Amino acid sequence: MNNVILVNLPFIVVALLLAVGFYTIGFKRNLIKVVIGIEILEGAVNLFLITLGYVKGAYAPIYTMAPKEAVNNMVLPTPQALTLTSIVIGVAVSALMLAFAVNIYEHYGTLDVTKVRRLKG
Amino acid sequence: MIEHLPALMIAVPLFGAFTTPLLKKNYKAAAVWATLITAVTLGMSLLLVREVLIREIMVYVFGADKPTLVLPSGYRVPIRIIFEVDAMGALMALSATLMSFIGALYSYSHVRNETGLEKYYALLLLLEVGILGMVLTGDLFNLFVFLEIAGIAGSALVGFRNYRGEASEAGIKYLIVSSVASLMVLFSIGLLYGEYGNLNIAYLSTQIGFNTVDIIALGILFTSFAMKCGSVPTHHWVPDAYTEVPSGINPTLLVATYASLYALFRVSFSLFGKVSSEMSSVGWIMCVLGVLTMFIGVTMALVQKDVKRLMSYHAISQTGYMLLGVGVGLAVLNDPAKLAAFGRDAMAGGIFHIINHIIYKSLLLMTAGALFYVTGTRNLNEMGGLARKMPYTTIAFIVGAAAISGIPPFNGFASKFLIYETSYQLSPIFAIFAMVTSVLTLASFVKVFASAFLGPPVEKYEEVKEVPRSMVVAMLILAALCLLFGLFPNVVLDKLVYPAVDALLKLGSYQTWGGIP
Repeated sequence: MNNVILVNLPFIVVALLLAVGFYTIGFKRNLIKVVIGIEILEGAVNLFLITLGYVKGAYAPIYTMAPKEAVNNMVLPTPQALTLTSIVIGVAVSALMLAFAVNIYEHYGTLDVTKVRRLKG
Repeated sequence: MIEHLPALMIAVPLFGAFTTPLLKKNYKAAAVWATLITAVTLGMSLLLVREVLIREIMVYVFGADKPTLVLPSGYRVPIRIIFEVDAMGALMALSATLMSFIGALYSYSHVRNETGLEKYYALLLLLEVGILGMVLTGDLFNLFVFLEIAGIAGSALVGFRNYRGEASEAGIKYLIVSSVASLMVLFSIGLLYGEYGNLNIAYLSTQIGFNTVDIIALGILFTSFAMKCGSVPTHHWVPDAYTEVPSGINPTLLVATYASLYALFRVSFSLFGKVSSEMSSVGWIMCVLGVLTMFIGVTMALVQKDVKRLMSYHAISQTGYMLLGVGVGLAVLNDPAKLAAFGRDAMAGGIFHIINHIIYKSLLLMTAGALFYVTGTRNLNEMGGLARKMPYTTIAFIVGAAAISGIPPFNGFASKFLIYETSYQLSPIFAIFAMVTSVLTLASFVKVFASAFLGPPVEKYEEVKEVPRSMVVAMLILAALCLLFGLFPNVVLDKLVYPAVDALLKLGSYQTWGGIP
């Protein structure tokens, strides 16, 4: 019983982080907090990918000087590669969003999303 | 040389995107260089279409000379990054390159008074790279990466006029929607990867079954792409983004939206082909979303005063036609008799409408940009009597408005008629809604025409002249295409649209490339 919870702990954390992220995007008024919400979502997805790639007792896929028992017992490094790419993209997205937030603060004098509403109708 | 085309389609605009910022000193050189790059890409995409029509499917593998090369252990799964181009992808690639070229041509005069133009053209080319990558790739993770590239470049362009607060507001809205959608896409890619250990669309589609995880992944992918293509419950970003983006980017941004629609079709027809051929509810959901989208879009458009905002709401409503047309085909996928009777034609209508809509809506948004260029306002109540001053813009507007309302000699009629005819056979209510929407569309464009072009001349605009030549040329090319596609719809249907429909329908040939079962 204890083991089941422990093995699935990362997935529970992923679910919690997804919930927190969506709550923050949906219900927070401050634009910076919305950006943080998107970062939380991204963290959840990255954690999910990394957890998928974990194989207990397996070796890193480096053939040079690998021990004998590592043959046929190496992890496929795809999830790690995906996560790295996703982190890099996430940096670009958050930088651009924060730049927009700065610009909005300069023009509107507020970061409250209920007041930043000149475009409507 | 020809077999490297799919990779070159990405490489050439990417090269252009990173060399354009070097021309910082001379914005004219940057504009010419970007136009040249887009023209070359357009030529390559024409070659690609010709090649794909001959071979049916083109597979390009990065890091190996043929896709059949398997792992040393003999384990036969695709492990490399693979581009897989069929007629549907080639059609989208052709519209993306055509519209980037038109947009670059139009931008030459339209944005010449802005600053930071070398970045503008670099982002335009980057947006083109994102779209081309999305429509050419055969790999789910690649799809995510290019979706993000298109999203970032697109929202940076929406916020390009950073001296306006509204532009940043629209930009952050677009970026939030697109990054949430693409993160959810990545999450469902993770679900599928965890289950099947692969990312290749063709390979995954042979494995996917009816278990809970697959259905959840289908649901998330469907919702995210529907969100990104401006379907109804999450359409709020569309009018803001289309209104605030400079008009020269509008054509490319439209194609970026429909690249997500393409991904939606690819997911429902190829990736989950087995599931959606058994469950007709996927198709019905798409039809109902389509009808809601077209009706809500057009009713919102009727009350607008801002000319670009009005046209953007029409863009939402026209997306509904595409969803309806293809949804009808998806709903009868499990019934070969009905599929042959009207399903295939319905899909042809939906896909033909994508390319038609890209052409005439770009034309209309560019005429709106021309009005803004000469009057400095987008408010319809302040314009008037511009028809005498701007004859070419007026002609372009009339052609575009007639095409969007589905009046016979123009291209909108051809695709809308296919959709009315076929959706009637699935359920008459769909066809009625589609026709009512079309009438309302005509009504609101009559309003625009009357208030901007007709009426007594306004004193403020005594001195206005026709817009510069590059804008006129860009608009007239699209107007000519509207007329040509409307006069000879059978040529376009036979050469481009029906091959695309068959490519979506023939799941088997998508799966069995290169001998890997």
